[in-house]
Amino acid sequence: MLRLIDINKYYNPGTVNEMCLFDGFNLDIREEEFVSVVGSNGSGKTSMLNIICGSIPVDNGKIEINGTDITNMPEYKRQMRIGRVYQNPALGTCPNMTILENMSLADNKGKSFNLQLGTNKKRINGYRETLSRLGLGLEEKMDVTVGTLSGGQRQALAMIMATMTPIEFLILDEHTAALDPKTAELIMELTRDIVKEKKLTTIMVTHNLRYAVEYGNRLLMMHQGELVLDKCGEEKHALEVDDILDKFNKISIECGN
Amino acid sequence: MLTLIIGILEEGLAYGVLALGVYITYKILDFPDLSVDGTFPLGGAVTVALISMGLNPLIALLASFLIGAFAGMITGIIHVRFRVRDMLSGIIMMTGLYSVNLRIAGSANVAIFTKDSIFDNSFIDRVVPEGFRPYLVVTLLFVIVLIMKILLDVYLKTKSGYLLRAVGDNETVVTSLAKDKGTIKIIGLSIANGFVAMSGGIFVQRNGFFEISIGTGALVAGVASVIIGINLLGKVSFLKATTTVILGSILYKTCVQIAISFGLVSQDRKLITAILFLIILITSNGRKRRVKAHA
Ligand SMILES: Nc1ncnc2c1ncn2[C@@H]1O[C@H](COP(=O)(O)OP(=O)(O)OP(=O)(O)O)[C@@H](O)[C@H]1O
Ligand SMILES: [Mg+2]
Repeated sequence: MLRLIDINKYYNPGTVNEMCLFDGFNLDIREEEFVSVVGSNGSGKTSMLNIICGSIPVDNGKIEINGTDITNMPEYKRQMRIGRVYQNPALGTCPNMTILENMSLADNKGKSFNLQLGTNKKRINGYRETLSRLGLGLEEKMDVTVGTLSGGQRQALAMIMATMTPIEFLILDEHTAALDPKTAELIMELTRDIVKEKKLTTIMVTHNLRYAVEYGNRLLMMHQGELVLDKCGEEKHALEVDDILDKFNKISIECGN
Repeated sequence: MLTLIIGILEEGLAYGVLALGVYITYKILDFPDLSVDGTFPLGGAVTVALISMGLNPLIALLASFLIGAFAGMITGIIHVRFRVRDMLSGIIMMTGLYSVNLRIAGSANVAIFTKDSIFDNSFIDRVVPEGFRPYLVVTLLFVIVLIMKILLDVYLKTKSGYLLRAVGDNETVVTSLAKDKGTIKIIGLSIANGFVAMSGGIFVQRNGFFEISIGTGALVAGVASVIIGINLLGKVSFLKATTTVILGSILYKTCVQIAISFGLVSQDRKLITAILFLIILITSNGRKRRVKAHA
């Protein structure tokens, strides 16, 4: 159970650009829930994820995981139970390191980074197998630096890396936005499989309303730092793209995609 | 001519360990670490102090590594924990170290000609034949640089080394691995300045004296070696980056020597260094742009 309780977030406090994004924002996410989040540009989706992950501090309020207050836990410690994939495919991998080295890094998450050999030779076949599931041929390029891969290939790798070790939460921020429709589809299927297989609690921000409708068992719409729509269970399943578009139009703002 | 070449090789190799250290900060961590100008003479000061006390010159080298690493750690802590800009953290360290170095060495000039060094001691007197003497220093330097290079190569292949490379490559990945990127940077700066200080110690033992000003331009020499090495020799696939950096150091010293041989006096040395460095930077920028234009 992940809870955001009475969150207040100001950007640029004390300056002329002061802006209150969240004012008493509340959100409960139950275990193994798959939440799709939509909302116009600047509605606060990324900020919400950043607050959950500890990338930005809050001005007031509490963040709890399973009843434990993690508001003051530094970002890197929270990542122990979180896997995160960003909109920018470059953020999830090390461009100057090879696929094998990237996989080895990800595989060692949660363990000590000591003076043992960085790559465990016995694990290489396992990495190959995992990568071959993608059908992108990455398993043949283990010694290629990741910087030379395409955005889609990198994102797929980032997805694998983020979910390689046991985690509880998967945080996805428009993780298919930079990809062509076919690769996006592939990554979405991969997402669904991984979430199911590892029983992850997932928050997925997307501008693709079809994905928001098709995937997940809860849907949130945000506007100016507030939840304007929150549907789960049967209600969520009954939702269609047009319903969401209507809602979008009602709050009369153009939608990003 | 031969003595000249050997002289250049010696100088290049003595600075080779420095270049390895700068490679860690400048290339791997992407951190412009100016503390190098202070930790290079720090290693020298520690070495002359210990050797004057009659300590084994090898142990003096080890000690300079450790104390350099400690200084690098402080630079890292200033930057990471107190959020001082990278450049400024180095400048603070470099400035402070000037006094520290004077304290340790005792004065601005200290000679250790008469003392044992790794290049000149009773063991070598006994073992090394007379005819080999002119090549002794360069051979020993080669061995030391090789050992340090291999140590660094091995480290960069460990889990900890992977993390160090990752933090320079993409900090976000390190955070997602649930590791504190600040700590990794501190470790990196520490190792790098250990190398640099050890290089200072080697330099002082080779020259037989310590001078407070040997650190001026140490970073420039290091960065120049790294850029020359990586840009010029980086394409040669069988050469590791660490090897190219050492070769870069030798090439750089060759360039300086050539410039001096054109009749410039040693007073002009720093000016030559600066201009040479500028040329290296400009040409390497040009190369990068051309590559981009082709892509
Ligand atoms: N670091 C920052 N400093 C100042 N203002 C910020 C900062 N980050 C976000 N904001 C502001 O907060 C608001 C919400 O931004 P956020 O990035 O969370 O939106 P978003 O819903 O993710 O939008 P998009 O769909 O475009 O990604 C915006 O008005 C933005 O200008
Ligand atoms: Mg966003």
